[in-house]
Amino acid sequence: MTTETLIKLRGLTKVYGSGDASFHALRGVNLDIRRGEFLAVMGPSGSGKSTLMNLLGCLDSPTSGSYNFKGIEVETLNKDQRSLIRRHALGFIFQGFNLLARTSALENVELPLLYRGYSRKERHDRARDALTRVGLINKERNTPAELSGGQQQRVAIARAIVTNPDTLFADEPTGNLDSKTTREIMELLDQLNTERGISIIMVTHEEDVASHAKRVIHVIDGLISEDSTQRTAIH
Amino acid sequence: MIFNALLIAIREIRRNLTRSFLTVIGIVIGVAAVITMVTLGRGATASVKDQISKMGSNLLILRPGEGWGSWGAPQFTMTDVDAIRDQVPGISGIAPFIRTNVPAVYQENDRATDVQGTTANYFKIANWNIALGRFFTEEEVKEAAPVCVIGETIRKELFGEGVDPIGCKIRAKSISFEVVGVTAPKGQGGMADDLDDNIITPYTTIQLRLTGRGDGRNINQIMISAMDGYPGVNIVADVSALMRERRGIGQNEQDNFNVFDSQQLAEVVSSSTQIMTSLLSWVAGVSLLVGGIGIMNIMLVSVTERTREIGIRLAIGARAREVLLQFLVEAVTLSCIGGISGIILAYGVCIMFAKEVGAPFIFDLKINVIAFVFSAAIGIVFGFMPARRAAGLDPIEALRHE
Repeated sequence: MTTETLIKLRGLTKVYGSGDASFHALRGVNLDIRRGEFLAVMGPSGSGKSTLMNLLGCLDSPTSGSYNFKGIEVETLNKDQRSLIRRHALGFIFQGFNLLARTSALENVELPLLYRGYSRKERHDRARDALTRVGLINKERNTPAELSGGQQQRVAIARAIVTNPDTLFADEPTGNLDSKTTREIMELLDQLNTERGISIIMVTHEEDVASHAKRVIHVIDGLISEDSTQRTAIH
Repeated sequence: MIFNALLIAIREIRRNLTRSFLTVIGIVIGVAAVITMVTLGRGATASVKDQISKMGSNLLILRPGEGWGSWGAPQFTMTDVDAIRDQVPGISGIAPFIRTNVPAVYQENDRATDVQGTTANYFKIANWNIALGRFFTEEEVKEAAPVCVIGETIRKELFGEGVDPIGCKIRAKSISFEVVGVTAPKGQGGMADDLDDNIITPYTTIQLRLTGRGDGRNINQIMISAMDGYPGVNIVADVSALMRERRGIGQNEQDNFNVFDSQQLAEVVSSSTQIMTSLLSWVAGVSLLVGGIGIMNIMLVSVTERTREIGIRLAIGARAREVLLQFLVEAVTLSCIGGISGIILAYGVCIMFAKEVGAPFIFDLKINVIAFVFSAAIGIVFGFMPARRAAGLDPIEALRHE
């Protein structure tokens, strides 16, 4: 595993509102994440972990501080430029799956490729590849309503990895799943992390889910209170 | 990028077929109405112009009575004809016209038909062409020669189709006419009457041999043709003044004759169809506007309904302009589908009504292109606001939307 720095946060703050009504969601976060890491972000609700995820995922811009992603100063980018970073380098998995309803699994997985301007055939091939990787190639014609929660999350993972991103953001990926399915999904994520070297940053509040990560950080009151590297890489 | 947006738009429309159908109905009706109105209006005008040119353009007809079908009003004489020719300016030709309905017989065939008496220049005034043989001459009119020119229907009925009747004799009452010519067919007249069902002969022949001269006051109509470009209304006024004077009609008395002006009729018809067309075009325009608002309404609903989808698209890397384009293309695709359906519907209606109204069906590319472009423009105009709203969404908020 390389030790190349993927993400570097310095004094990152995020303030919502202004004046007396302002709310400091993040109060100067410093964080380094190396390429290939599997990081779990934990913390009580309202601690700022969602804000941190949104900033890391380039969905939002910080109030102050710097965010360096692969050498790019993300805080200086505008909305469209951040869209392009998401398009080319990031993948997202959500608690609620967020698949397009009444749209087949294959079409859902093809969606990010549409914005990358791939040809029809290439879209098809890549989407089928991704579905094979998550073990759902036989369900490519099914719509989300015809799939179980675990299967929907697999489709969402296929959609996230179909563009070969180097970082995957997972926001409570197993929050809506039972324990057996949770295990399957986490095994899939483990596999993507170890076999394909995709960096994974995951928000969760379940200890056993977090235990899949090689590093866990706790966010409390807008600051990182604890940074542990459990299950060290040197097994 | 546009192609992708189109692909997404078509997928989206297919996913919501019923709603999309209801949305575009306004556009369909608007476009169909515009095209139907313009097409039928043009057809009607063209058909009236066609009728008038069959009658002879620039034709004026002096008729007895105040209007159509006034019986008992005094007829005209040859001196009336001469007086009009000599005293009214702007006239290029004038001919008397007598009509009498008698059975015409050839061998064992007979047919009750119009025997019309006139002078040689009538053929030019009433726009007749010769198909076979010749017209009769001014000489033959002077001699009251028993010659006649027959219409296509008479040839068919008395001689048979394609038979050359020149030189044959048709008997009507006590006299027999020698056929010298056959007129080229005109077909149906303005009142669905058969314009080719007649026998034309010198008026002198009718007066002398068929009906008798009487007091000479038996000319039913006087056909006048105006010089090209000379206003028909002037001739109508001059002829009216002259006839009032000749007949000694007092200041407060009504005319006992009338002058029909084909030019004027054409103008009246084309201006009234124009008024109808523009009126109905307004109605169609309002329908298109309502259709556009319908599209805007549905697109706004769609943006709200698909907020989460927009969030997903933004999260996986769609830019604001791509979301805008997607919704704009969707609106334009909808309105274009409406436009094309409207054009197709208009054709159905036009073909159906063209038969009904008897107006020819005239294809006009221009109006179709205009209607199509207009419906596309409606999509852009009314789709822009919803599309901008979609593009302005914040990805985090949109993803959280239930």
